[in-house]
Amino acid sequence: MAEAALQKGSWSERFGFVYGAVSFAVIIAAWWAMWAVGFVDPGLLPSPAEVFRQFMTLMVEKQLWLDMLLSARRVLIGVVCGLALAIPVGFLLGWYAGVRRFVDPVINFFRALPPIALIPLVIVYFGIGEPARVLVLIYAAFFSGVIVIYEGIKLMPPIFVRVSKALGATDFEIFRRVVIPATLPHVLTAFRVAVGVCWTTLVAAELVAAERGLGAVIVNGQNYFQVPIIFVGIIMIGAVALVMDKIIRLLTTRMLSWQESIQ
Amino acid sequence: MNAALQNPGVGVVFDRVSKTYTTGHGSIKVVADVSFSMAENDFVSLIGPSGCGKTTMLQMLAGFVKPDAGTVSIDGRLIAGPDSDRGVIFQEYGVFPWLTVAKNIEFGLTLGKNLKPKAERDKIVAHYIKLMHLNGFENAYPKHLSGGMRQRLAIARAYAVNPKILLMDEPFGALDAQTRLAMQILLMELLHGERKTALLITHSVEEAIFLSTRILVISARPSRILRVIDIPFPYPRTPELTGTPEFQRLRLELEELSMQQYDEQQKLAAAA
Repeated sequence: MAEAALQKGSWSERFGFVYGAVSFAVIIAAWWAMWAVGFVDPGLLPSPAEVFRQFMTLMVEKQLWLDMLLSARRVLIGVVCGLALAIPVGFLLGWYAGVRRFVDPVINFFRALPPIALIPLVIVYFGIGEPARVLVLIYAAFFSGVIVIYEGIKLMPPIFVRVSKALGATDFEIFRRVVIPATLPHVLTAFRVAVGVCWTTLVAAELVAAERGLGAVIVNGQNYFQVPIIFVGIIMIGAVALVMDKIIRLLTTRMLSWQESIQ
Repeated sequence: MNAALQNPGVGVVFDRVSKTYTTGHGSIKVVADVSFSMAENDFVSLIGPSGCGKTTMLQMLAGFVKPDAGTVSIDGRLIAGPDSDRGVIFQEYGVFPWLTVAKNIEFGLTLGKNLKPKAERDKIVAHYIKLMHLNGFENAYPKHLSGGMRQRLAIARAYAVNPKILLMDEPFGALDAQTRLAMQILLMELLHGERKTALLITHSVEEAIFLSTRILVISARPSRILRVIDIPFPYPRTPELTGTPEFQRLRLELEELSMQQYDEQQKLAAAA
């Protein structure tokens, strides 16, 4: 029994991607079937093969990889800068209840504001260049991340602080050696949430104004009524986001091997 | 009156200590004019009904709570806050889940206050790994430990910084009866090797008699000291002691006393 379970564990560890691949295969098959039956105007619903051909053409002739790279880079810059601000602010808010009382309503106001709503204003202020896009992303990452981090600090068991004090720790030592590792899981969750929010925001920003990037690819497809191009753009956004999320999750399991899990 | 009170400036002294907590519903007096003292190497247990203020007394000695009136002092110095001369062991262990067993024990020794060179730290860690029977788990994370092992780890971590006084708030309360007994014997062995002044809060009369030099029976809220009972058995004590008639006589006497206090507390709760 135990051996079988062990084998099963190692199998699903090594070939876990198979389950996901099966789901995608089913979706593609259903898509193909819909196209083959001809319910939908073929001008509106291209076949999977056609989309794949379009993907290859774009890759070779239009440097689609550059769009993917650009979009991914924008998200990364936004997330890294946004969280670099959110982590200290989140710690400050989580630690000092007095500060929190003042700042909490303000943070909730800006958090409730979809970053997309700011795009027109940012364009008015900064034009349609790279700074405008990155600024919106930093904004999105900051406000989605800060709340996760400071809620996480509030959840930290107070016993850790008491134990440390009784062992002779100073406030700074408690912060560096106890509060930071204890809230690391929440920082990584914030990272994941911020990446998700930033993708949404980025594509919106690129839809409005960008020469390159996956959002721009979709807009181009729309302008020339090239539905396969729109499909390629959408699928690539999902694919790049999926890869990024996978990387974060791998990082999380590595860094949090000490954590007790439900499984 | 015992030696330390007559000779202030030595050991732990609670001098006419009171504490009242103010809540949204009014104020509750939890400790009322408590005085007692602990000489060096005294092992004092507090027994009494739940919610009677025993924990508040321990936390005042730990430095987490300040008295409203009266003073708590160690060797004549007033307690300013928590520090590493007083090791605290909690019922919920409080071991750091992100550190391995060895790193947990080492933690206090890496802080500026008690910083020791690496070689010495390794020696201390190895010493307590052995004493607390944690061999083979040096590099394991707490998630792989049982409750009893986690509490042994917490004790090892507290001992590593060599506190003068050990404060334990229901340390074995979350453990099953078997593990609890094993932990009591282990603590007895540890104290035999490295005697410390200790304050223990427990609900188990038997545990209190087995470990203590003196037991303070605490009244229902607000805490007053009802009885002081000296335990005459010499150290080291072995589990066989619990079977002796003298031990049993003490146990019955104390259990009767604590039952009375339990009833008092129930009446108090019903009135409120």
